[in-house]
Amino acid sequence: MSLVLVNLLDGLVTGLLLFMLCSGLTLIFSMMGVLNFAHASFFMLGAYFAYQISTYVGFWPGLLIAPVVVGVAGALVERYGLRRVHKHGHVPELIFTFGLALLIEEVVQFFWGKSQMAFEEPEILKFAAFSIAGNAFPAYKVFMIFVAVGIFLALLYILTKTRVGMIIQAALSYPETVQNLGHNVPLVFMGVFGVGTALAGLAGVMAGPVLGTFPGMAVVLGSIVFVTIVVGGLGSLWGALAASLLIGWLQTFAASYNVTMKDVLTSVGLSEPADLATSALRDLWTLTLPQIGPILPYLLMVLVLAFRPQGLFGKRET
Amino acid sequence: MSLAGETNASAQAGANSVNWLRLLPWGLAVVLLAILPFVFGSGAGLTVLNQMAITIIFALAYNMLLGQGGMLSFGHAVYMGLGGFFCVHLMNRVEFDGLWLPLPLLPLFGGLFGLLFAVIVGSFSTRRAGTVFAMISLGVGELIAACSIIIVAFFGGEEGVSADRTMGPALLGIDFSSQKEVYYLSACWLLISAAAMYLYSRTPVGRMANAVRDNEERAEFLGYSQRKVRFMSFCASGFFAGIAGALFAINFEILTEENLNLATSGSVLLITFLGGVGFFVGPIIGAIVFTLLQTVLSLFTEIWQLYLGILFVMTVMFFPFGLTGLIAIHFRPYQLGKLGTLIIPYALIAGPALGFALGSACVMEILFHARHAALGDETMTLLGVSFNSHSPAPLLLAVAVAGLSVWALRKLLPAFKDAWDEANHAGDAS
Repeated sequence: MSLVLVNLLDGLVTGLLLFMLCSGLTLIFSMMGVLNFAHASFFMLGAYFAYQISTYVGFWPGLLIAPVVVGVAGALVERYGLRRVHKHGHVPELIFTFGLALLIEEVVQFFWGKSQMAFEEPEILKFAAFSIAGNAFPAYKVFMIFVAVGIFLALLYILTKTRVGMIIQAALSYPETVQNLGHNVPLVFMGVFGVGTALAGLAGVMAGPVLGTFPGMAVVLGSIVFVTIVVGGLGSLWGALAASLLIGWLQTFAASYNVTMKDVLTSVGLSEPADLATSALRDLWTLTLPQIGPILPYLLMVLVLAFRPQGLFGKRET
Repeated sequence: MSLAGETNASAQAGANSVNWLRLLPWGLAVVLLAILPFVFGSGAGLTVLNQMAITIIFALAYNMLLGQGGMLSFGHAVYMGLGGFFCVHLMNRVEFDGLWLPLPLLPLFGGLFGLLFAVIVGSFSTRRAGTVFAMISLGVGELIAACSIIIVAFFGGEEGVSADRTMGPALLGIDFSSQKEVYYLSACWLLISAAAMYLYSRTPVGRMANAVRDNEERAEFLGYSQRKVRFMSFCASGFFAGIAGALFAINFEILTEENLNLATSGSVLLITFLGGVGFFVGPIIGAIVFTLLQTVLSLFTEIWQLYLGILFVMTVMFFPFGLTGLIAIHFRPYQLGKLGTLIIPYALIAGPALGFALGSACVMEILFHARHAALGDETMTLLGVSFNSHSPAPLLLAVAVAGLSVWALRKLLPAFKDAWDEANHAGDAS
C-alpha cells in the first residue's frame, strides 16, 4: 500500500512536469496550428540557462530569470523565424521547428559540451519532506508539485477570466475577426509563443536537478510530450492535464512493479517451452513490466489513434 | 492550315528531341556510376560511394512522401531499418540453413518487407496529411525504435544483428567479398530504383499524389479518395526504403537500433530538404552533398553538425526549394541568354560572402576550442595558422572579418538584386 502511495506521488511529479511542457505546446498548437517540434529544446535551454545563472548567483534567481530569457528567445524565434516560414504552410513550419531542435541541441553542446552539468537543487530544499514506510520523499519534489499546480491555476485564471485570455480564446477560433476588431493578432501569437516557451523553460529549470541537465534531455522528453498531447486531444488544456498525469503514472508504476511475462503466461495456463533459449518467442517469455514501461506511452498513442482519433478530451478529429 | 500543320510538326519534333534529352541524364548516370570506382578506387572512396548510393535511394523514397505526396514523416527510418533487419536474418538463413538465395536478389525481399510494414502502418496513418500524419509517423517510429531494445530475437538488442554476405550461392563466380563488387551491386539497384521511382512519378498514381498534395478537396471532387492515393504513395515509398535498407545490410553486414531511431529519420528529412523537395533530382543532390559534407567536414572540425544545423535552418528559412531550387532559378536567365550578365555581380558578392562564412566559422572554432580543449592546451591551428585560442586578438580579428563582410554585403546586395531582376527580365532594360 505504501509503495502505491510513493508511486502515486512520484507519478504526480512526472505528470505535472509533463503538463508544464504540454500546456505551452497545446496552446501554441491550437493558436497557430503549428506543432513546435523544438518545444522540448526550449525546456532544455531553461535547464542550461538556470545552471549557468546558478553558478553565479544561486538557484533562486535562476528559477526566475531563465524562463524569462527562454521566453524572449522563443518570441524572437516566432517573430523572425516562424513568421517568415508561415507563408509556405504548416509542413515547412514543422520542418523549421525540427531544424531548430537539431540546432539548439548542437548549440548546447557547443557551449556546455556533451557531459552532464552539476546542476543541483538548492540547499534549502535538500531534505526529506516526509517519509512513507521508510521511503523518503524529497522536499524539492513537493516544491515542484506546488509550482506546477500554481502554474496550472494561473493559466486557467488568465485564459478564462481576464481580458487577455478572452482575446487569446477568440483569436484561437476567429483570428480574422479579432484582427478586424483592432487587436494585434500577430503580437498575440508572438506573446503566446513566448509564454509557451517560457513555461517549457520553467519546467526545464525545475526538472534539471531531478532528471539531469545533459544535451539529450530534449530528445528524451520531446517525443513523450508529443504523445501526451495526441493522447489528450490536440488543443485541449484539460486533455493535456489528464494525459500528462496518465502517462506520468503509467511510467512510474510500470517501472516499479516487477511483473514478468512468464508469471502472466503461466497463470493463464500456458507452459514455458523447453527450448526457450533458441525459441523465436523467447522474448515474449522473458519480458518484464519495467522493460515494457518506456514503450507504453507509444502503445497508448497508437491505441488512442485507432479507437478515438480525437484524443481523450479533444473535439476535433486528429 | 499549313501553318497549323507546321506547328504540329515542330511540336512533334520538339517532343522527340525532349525524349532524347530525357534519356541523356540516365545514360550519363550509367556511365558515371560505371567509371566512379576507377576514379575513387581506394577503400575509403568505395565506402563513401556505397554509402552515397544507399542514401540516394533512401532519400528518393522519402521524397515520394514529402515532395510528391506532401506527407512529412518523422519515422521513415523504420521501413529502411526493418527491411535491413529482415535481410540480415535472410543472410543468416542462407549461411546456416542452406536457403538458396543469391545476394543480388536480396534487396527485392528487403523492399517487400518494407512494403509489408508500410501497408500495416499506412492503413491507419495515411488518413490525414500534414501535422497529424507527421505525429503518427513520429509515434510509430519511436515505438519501433523502443521495441528494438526489447525484442532481442529479431533486433538483437543493443548490439544489433550481423551477418556474412559472402555465404550465398555465387553467381558467375562473384561472391561479393570485395567492396567493388558490392559497389556495382548497389549501383545497379540504385539505377533500377531511381528509374522505377521516376517512372512511378509519371504514372497516373504519381500524378494524383501531386494533386492530393496540392489540394485534397479538389482531388476528392474529381472522384479520387485522397486516403487511397496517400496510402499508395506511402506503400511505394516503404518498398524503396526497404531496398535501401537491404543494401545497407549487404554493405555494412550489421544493423542496430541506430538504423531505426529518430536521428536517422531526421537526417533523411534534412538530406531531402537540403537537396530540394520540389525536384526529382533534389534528393540525389542532397544525398551526394550531405555524404560529402559529412565525410569531409568531420575530418576538419568537431562541430560540423552545428554547421549542418545552421545550414538546414537557413535553407528552410531562405531557400525552401533547396539546392536544386537554387540551380533552377538560373534557368530563366539562361533561357533569356542573360546568364553571362550575372557573372560580375556574383563575383562581386562572392568575396564578402566567403569572408562572412569563413569569419563566423573561425569565431565558432576559436570559441569552441577555448571552451572545450584540454586544460593547458591553448594552441590551435586554423587555416594553417597556429595561435593561442585564449588570447583575444585572433577572436577579434575573426569578428572583424565577419563584421566587415556583412557591411560589404549590405552595400553590394542592392546592386546585385538589380542585376538579378534585370537578368530575369525579357527584353532590354533601356
